[in-house]
Amino acid sequence: MSSSALPLAGLSLDPVSDFQQLTAFPFMVNALEAGTAVAIMAGVVGWFMVLRRESFAGHTLSLMAFPGATGALLIGLPAAAGYFVFCGASALVIGLGSSGVRRHRGEESALTGVVQALGLACGFVFLSLYQGVLAGYENLLFGDFLGITRGQVLTLAIVAVLALCGFALVGRPLLFASVDETVARARGVPVRGLALAFLLVLGLAVAATAQITGVLLVFALLVAPAATAQQITCRIGASLVLSVILGVAITWAGLALAYFYSEPVGFYITTVAFTIYVIARVTRAVIDHSTLLRRRPEIAEAHA
Amino acid sequence: MNITSAPPTTDRRIDVALPGAAGQTEAVAWLEGAQAQIAGRAVWSEVRLEIGAGEFTAILGPNGSGKTTLLRVLLGELPLAAGRASVLGRDPGAAKGQIGYLPQRRHFDAGIRIRGVDLVRLGLDGARWGLPIRALGRDRVREAIELVCASEYATRPIGRLSGGEQQRLLIAQALVTDPRVLILDEPLDSLDLPNQTAVSALLARICKQQGVTVLLVAHDVNPLLSYLDRVVYFGAGRAAVGTPREVITAGTLSRLYGVRIEVLTTADGRLFVAGLPEAPAHHSGRHEHDEQ
Repeated sequence: MSSSALPLAGLSLDPVSDFQQLTAFPFMVNALEAGTAVAIMAGVVGWFMVLRRESFAGHTLSLMAFPGATGALLIGLPAAAGYFVFCGASALVIGLGSSGVRRHRGEESALTGVVQALGLACGFVFLSLYQGVLAGYENLLFGDFLGITRGQVLTLAIVAVLALCGFALVGRPLLFASVDETVARARGVPVRGLALAFLLVLGLAVAATAQITGVLLVFALLVAPAATAQQITCRIGASLVLSVILGVAITWAGLALAYFYSEPVGFYITTVAFTIYVIARVTRAVIDHSTLLRRRPEIAEAHA
Repeated sequence: MNITSAPPTTDRRIDVALPGAAGQTEAVAWLEGAQAQIAGRAVWSEVRLEIGAGEFTAILGPNGSGKTTLLRVLLGELPLAAGRASVLGRDPGAAKGQIGYLPQRRHFDAGIRIRGVDLVRLGLDGARWGLPIRALGRDRVREAIELVCASEYATRPIGRLSGGEQQRLLIAQALVTDPRVLILDEPLDSLDLPNQTAVSALLARICKQQGVTVLLVAHDVNPLLSYLDRVVYFGAGRAAVGTPREVITAGTLSRLYGVRIEVLTTADGRLFVAGLPEAPAHHSGRHEHDEQ
């Protein structure tokens, strides 16, 4: 099923009528609600992921949604169940297998790489073992927002609320452990336990996000809003809120574009996210450079 | 200046030969007959040490001689293999809340977009669970930052500050809980010379003005020399304790190592130790012989 088959006038310049069109069908309301829940959660989880320099682990966990989905299909379970089981299990393997100490990060990334390769191989084996025709194979990889049910919306909302409650509880020690691991440990923060717990939540968030953006493009929603927000401000609270707002805005823009035009939603989300990130990054570089020149006159002279 | 013209010893100084047990209650850190082992091998033994409140002490010695090991013992991370130790009159580790600890220099990636002030604040409430209450402790964070003269750059991202600026903020982070003791592992390491001098002066000022007992591991004693009340010099599995002018002498160090060691004094009072058995491999071999 493709969105281009729908009788639509396309995106107009009137935002009110666009919004009315966007919310005219229940499936679209479901998609927007699910997308919002996912974007809020991804904004917070992604913010910590970027701060902790665990993008590679996040990327690997997102790819685990692929064997998760194909494996679930193979044994006749809903794809969402496969997402959560595979992403959660991989998070446990990566978390338990690595020491969690920053100077051993190389070891962790090697393990993560091995898990990623194995997961992808499993995904393709499951796919070939699955004798029937796998409908919506592309949707699995690039996202599908047409078939989201009320039940799925509810599941995603519950997962998001649980994740946010978890962050409210452990946010500060997790921040401490992420920025300043040695001192945090000396102060009695359970650095190792928090690292494992964070990877598990990351796995959950990835599994939830993959249902909207597709397996290959989860990352856009996880990394781009957080990285953009951190470029814009270095205040912790403001940066977190901004990450969530950007995530929701990017998701709505992506869903709207996918609704009015024919390309998959993941493509639009990624493109919007990437564009915003590039603008923020370039602006930050220009600002930092000019501040540096102002503070260090001798450098300015050398440039003149 | 000659090494024999040592400054008059203060009444706070406790002689190496004095029995430590008498002052056990008021001592900030106290060790007697102490031996520390790592992986079953003694790092140092028969160490006797007493550090009084408000003193500025440096722990010196070659690589692998057990300087950081002493910090770990005092922090309660490493139990003694023999002898006794107390910190603030309690077992090491029991007084953790009253100790500000600065581990060996940490590097902050230039891309870390966290403000210095938030890093200092984490020292205050970073280990607590639940949502932060912003207003609480704000004054304490500001005071700690003012104390290390870092107000000017505390709101910039930590990764974009110089090594000396980062170090000042980390000292503020260790001070923010208002500790009675400040323990620092190589705080001057990887700083340039002007910053080594400035951070030494800052620590001395905190020690004297705030009455905080400062205990630090250092590689080079010279930036600290004019401020130190006491040095603990590790070598060959033993420690020599006393004022810098007592300990960093050819006689004391030669006795400590059992080899001939020279201490040179420059015209401006800087000390240079020559003839130390530096190589760590050589050192670990020496420990075994010394344990007999």
